[in-house]
Amino acid sequence: MNALLFNSTLVIYAVVTAVYLIYLLKPKESLGKTGLWLTLAGFLVHCGFTLNRFLEAGHTPITNLHESLSFFSLSVVGIFLLLERRYKISILGSFMMPLALLIMAISASFSTVIPPLNPALKSKWLAVHTIMAFLGYAAFAISFGVSIMYLIQSHFLKTRKLGAMFQKLPSLDILDDISYRCLTFGFPLLTFAIISGAIWAETAWGTYWSWDPKETWSLITWFIYAALLHGRLTTGWRGRKAAMLSIFGFVIMLFTFLGVNLLLPGLHSYK
Amino acid sequence: MNIIVVGLSHKTAAVEIREKVAFSPTQMEKPLNALVALPDITEAVIVSTCNRVEIYATTRDVAGGMARLKRFLADYHNFPLETLEKHLYSYHGEEATRHVFRVASSLDSMVVGEPQILGQIKTSYGYAAEFKSSGIILNRFLHKAFSVAKRVRTETKIASSAVSVAFAAVELAKKIFGELSDKTVLLIGAGEMCELAAKHFINVGVRGVMVTNRTYERAEKLAEEFDAKPVHFEALMDHLPKADIILSSTGAPHFIIHEKDMEEVLRRRKLKPMFFIDIAVPRDIDPKVNDVENCYLYTVDDLNGVVATNLEQRKVEAAKAEAIVEQEIGQFFKWLSSLDVTPTIVALRSHFDEIRKAELAKTLSNWKDLPPGADKKMDALTNAIMNKLLHHPTSLLKRTDQGSRNDLYVDALRHLFDLETPEQQESMMELED
Repeated sequence: MNALLFNSTLVIYAVVTAVYLIYLLKPKESLGKTGLWLTLAGFLVHCGFTLNRFLEAGHTPITNLHESLSFFSLSVVGIFLLLERRYKISILGSFMMPLALLIMAISASFSTVIPPLNPALKSKWLAVHTIMAFLGYAAFAISFGVSIMYLIQSHFLKTRKLGAMFQKLPSLDILDDISYRCLTFGFPLLTFAIISGAIWAETAWGTYWSWDPKETWSLITWFIYAALLHGRLTTGWRGRKAAMLSIFGFVIMLFTFLGVNLLLPGLHSYK
Repeated sequence: MNIIVVGLSHKTAAVEIREKVAFSPTQMEKPLNALVALPDITEAVIVSTCNRVEIYATTRDVAGGMARLKRFLADYHNFPLETLEKHLYSYHGEEATRHVFRVASSLDSMVVGEPQILGQIKTSYGYAAEFKSSGIILNRFLHKAFSVAKRVRTETKIASSAVSVAFAAVELAKKIFGELSDKTVLLIGAGEMCELAAKHFINVGVRGVMVTNRTYERAEKLAEEFDAKPVHFEALMDHLPKADIILSSTGAPHFIIHEKDMEEVLRRRKLKPMFFIDIAVPRDIDPKVNDVENCYLYTVDDLNGVVATNLEQRKVEAAKAEAIVEQEIGQFFKWLSSLDVTPTIVALRSHFDEIRKAELAKTLSNWKDLPPGADKKMDALTNAIMNKLLHHPTSLLKRTDQGSRNDLYVDALRHLFDLETPEQQESMMELED
């Protein structure tokens, strides 16, 4: 059942990605609509998978890379659907759904068996800490996608390449706004994830902070996004500069999430 | 029954002529009633906009009907027919259909693709429906025109791009700022194109406009015209950070806005984007301003480029639209020709005859000891019954004095006895959507 739901999600996301990529090239509005409905269908199946996994494992299914990548992808798609509802920008799907598919594909490459739960993870903090962290990551992922769209649109305007894709991309203002909203949504979540992680660490390992690679890199990520938000609020960083910093922040965040787990040995190496 | 169109448009008559023969939209009852009271005119719709005045009508006598409509247009407005006639065009049949489909789809408009005309025709049709001057043919004719226009709009991108420099500037601004309602426009100098662009920005609802000029009095005068705020030219750099959209067209021989000033301006407005439109020749704004973060500079050539691309694209779309129109004409004519009386009578008789013959054959084949010659008698009997039954409807259809009621009967008969080809039925269903 688990495998069926997971694979169905993967297939639907693959189809959605194809639809959205064709939409990028073809000026047909119906493609955008089809993409949206398929995304919604995929999201529901994906929710079904997550719920089923939760029931089978008996705990929040974010304890290894297979599960957490899947949850990361689910969060990206969920936030994308919320934004699409609010802003009605079909082309956002052309940038976000390939990312969601990629994350799912990587998730599929890790073992899907449900292992016995590591004693340190047996805590009520598991759900709080991981869900917050991944919702925050997803918000940053959307900000990353929107920032790429911003750079492309800005490039079109500067070089006067006002083709079909320029027409489909929303205004710079809206892109900047979405990016900013994602940051203001993601940053507090990341902050709380770090705080709840520290509290949990104290109960599990006896110390709030041990400069484990995960903790260190989380802090670096936190500082980058804090600087970006601070710059936006005080000196009014916006536009290209903010977009580039948001992309940089996302790359660091990915390293915090994947690089640390896979490359650096530490307390957080859950594979 | 024939459809005829008589009228004039921006293509055939100057505005002085068009305004003299225009109909007031609030007083349509009188002319519409007068039109259907004309001999040989059974249905009529008047379309009167600032760019065209047209009468659509149905008649049995094409030449006579057209002459009557022309005479009506002249007499109703007390305008000499001899003067009016050379501005008038008239179409009938397929040409009339093509004309209306093209008009409704905005292919005949001054700015091809502008969307207003469809609404205007719908309003005109509304009056005709209200005062009952349109009947089965014009109803279907205009509904078909609406559906063609809808198809053109959804299947082509004819109305999606800006085709004037001022409009292109507004569209670009929207791609930078999104909403323009909280944006401020600064007008530097007073070129004609600059003023036009400023008017477009005011029309879409910018928050405020500032005007500056080397001579302050001129700035004041212009500001009054736009309900804007005059600004001293010497204080340009102080006001620049407050402006989001800058339209410049001074006669200055050198740049008045330099790249090096912009860093400071942007810093003062917290890096909020700025959109510069330099319409002056020689240019007012250093092209390097475009390289500054969050500054977007377009010259008049750039904007012309945008418009030219759009016009080119629109031409391609217009060709697609014409193809749609041609396709739909055929469908409409299939329906219209189905309203002809003679083919309907023939179809009705053969429909009844087929049933009669089939039933007769069935009965005779089951009848074992049939007396000789009985089959001939049976054939004559059933034929006589059929002729008696069909006598009244046939003679009613053949009467030519009942105008649009005749078309109604024909239409009803074709529906009741299923006399249409499947293809025609399909096109009818489409119309009813």
